[in-house]
Amino acid sequence: MKLSDLTNRAGEWLRGSGPMSEIVISSRIRLARNISGYPFLTRISRHERQALEKRVREVVLNAQISPQTLYVDLETAPEIDRALLVERHLISKPHATAEGARGVAIGEDESVSIMVNEEDHLRLQVLRSGLQLEEAWEQINEIDDKLEAKLDFAFHPRFGYLTACPTNVGTGIRVSVMLHLPALKLTGEIEKVFRAAKEMRLAVRGLYGEGTEATGDFYQISNQTTLGKTEDEIISDFKHLVIPKIIDYEHHARRTLLNDRTVALDDKVSRSLGILRTARLMTSEEVLFLLSHLRMGINLGRVKEMDIRMVNELFLLTQPAHLQKLQGRKLEGDVRRAARADFIRQKLNGSGNS
Amino acid sequence: MTLARGRNTIEQELAAGRWAVSYDMKCDNCNKPATVHLTEIKHGKKVERHLCEQCATTSEGMPVQGHTPINELLTNFVMAHSGLQKEEGTSCEHCGITWAEFRQNGLLGCENDYQLFEKDLTPLLQRAHEGGTHHLGKVPARRGGSGVPLSKRTDVNKLRKELARAVEAEDYERAAKLRDQIRQAEES
Ligand SMILES: [Zn+2]
Ligand SMILES: [Zn+2]
Repeated sequence: MKLSDLTNRAGEWLRGSGPMSEIVISSRIRLARNISGYPFLTRISRHERQALEKRVREVVLNAQISPQTLYVDLETAPEIDRALLVERHLISKPHATAEGARGVAIGEDESVSIMVNEEDHLRLQVLRSGLQLEEAWEQINEIDDKLEAKLDFAFHPRFGYLTACPTNVGTGIRVSVMLHLPALKLTGEIEKVFRAAKEMRLAVRGLYGEGTEATGDFYQISNQTTLGKTEDEIISDFKHLVIPKIIDYEHHARRTLLNDRTVALDDKVSRSLGILRTARLMTSEEVLFLLSHLRMGINLGRVKEMDIRMVNELFLLTQPAHLQKLQGRKLEGDVRRAARADFIRQKLNGSGNS
Repeated sequence: MTLARGRNTIEQELAAGRWAVSYDMKCDNCNKPATVHLTEIKHGKKVERHLCEQCATTSEGMPVQGHTPINELLTNFVMAHSGLQKEEGTSCEHCGITWAEFRQNGLLGCENDYQLFEKDLTPLLQRAHEGGTHHLGKVPARRGGSGVPLSKRTDVNKLRKELARAVEAEDYERAAKLRDQIRQAEES
């Protein structure tokens, strides 16, 4: 498997399927692990860092975490490839731009990735489409067991898995659910989500790391407590308390739009589709917003001839690194914005009737 | 509510949010929970201010960011507990880190630091983890765990928590059942 195999298709998590996928985009579980005997990365020497990367790389590639595993050496990978991995949610932004020996192992369908030498020695991640937290936990727990058989993870009976930042100590688990909440945004009730999250001591963030609000109505909800609770408790709180509540709010808001504000809803969706089908210059931010409304239109049956999967793919393939990879050259400024608009027009007018 | 911004790592951002929401204090201006805590030196006197996010973003000289960065909170927290400064000189014999250095970027240097700074870390951990101080989750097989995330001890703890919830909700039927389950788990 090569990195270039990834470029022109979307990973498992963007399939647009899975339970509750009309609202829940993806479920992600991440585990932080360090290897006993090596300092954490803030205090590690260059030499130790290299030795650690080599050792973990070997173990990860032999652990059969997936039928085929791709390992990307991020110290030598070109910037565009690292940006591509960020856009696919396979590595974090800091991991893309850091320095020194580091890498990422990626499973075949991209549901699994393992960052090596990020803030912790290992950051395991499982990312799946829709609401699949239990499945994700099962999968990551199994991978953790496989790695643990070969690596002695730093662990303390009282503190649990030891991490560089005390905010991750204990289980080292971070559960994140990505939600698409356009109706709550349109009805002005998005504050409800923030309040519900806060009550449960959860963090709310945007879609692509920088976490601006301007990310097309996508919100990521994550746990903050990692110590003093079991993995099961943390996941079950999400599954049974937090997520159903937010899904309920969004469903209610969508019904309100459908029943009481049908014309306004159709106007929003049609305008978005109209711009997507005709514009000549587009920023990725604008595209996110327009696709968000289009996605809602499809989910509510207001746009019939289009498929969610294609919209999901457009979200990914119109991001800067993907666009440049697909075109096979560096694109900047208006040239990039024009290429983005061309790509979208091609995709949408090819499948719809325009 | 402002979403987290800036160049911090995802985890630091999350952490910032966590440190921010876990203080159980009321805002100096209104009665909402205070999430921003500042220690300022004014005319040679230490002044502590506790504000909710809204008041913090509107009041003068306050950070515009919704979440106070972890480092700032750490610094403020440590300053507010001056007794902790005794530990300042101690450095880890394995990685060399001192408590002061940890305070600067919020990251520890090696696995031994948790033991070394246990006393100072405990209140921080409690604030970060809803009062949690002891690990209850998965234990690696080579550390005596069964490889299964739920040990018996965890089960009992979980049942106890559920029992407390049931009592609070005045669901006595369920509470009685849970009590039986706890007794059984402890006897087996
Ligand atoms: Zn206030
Ligand atoms: Zn140390």
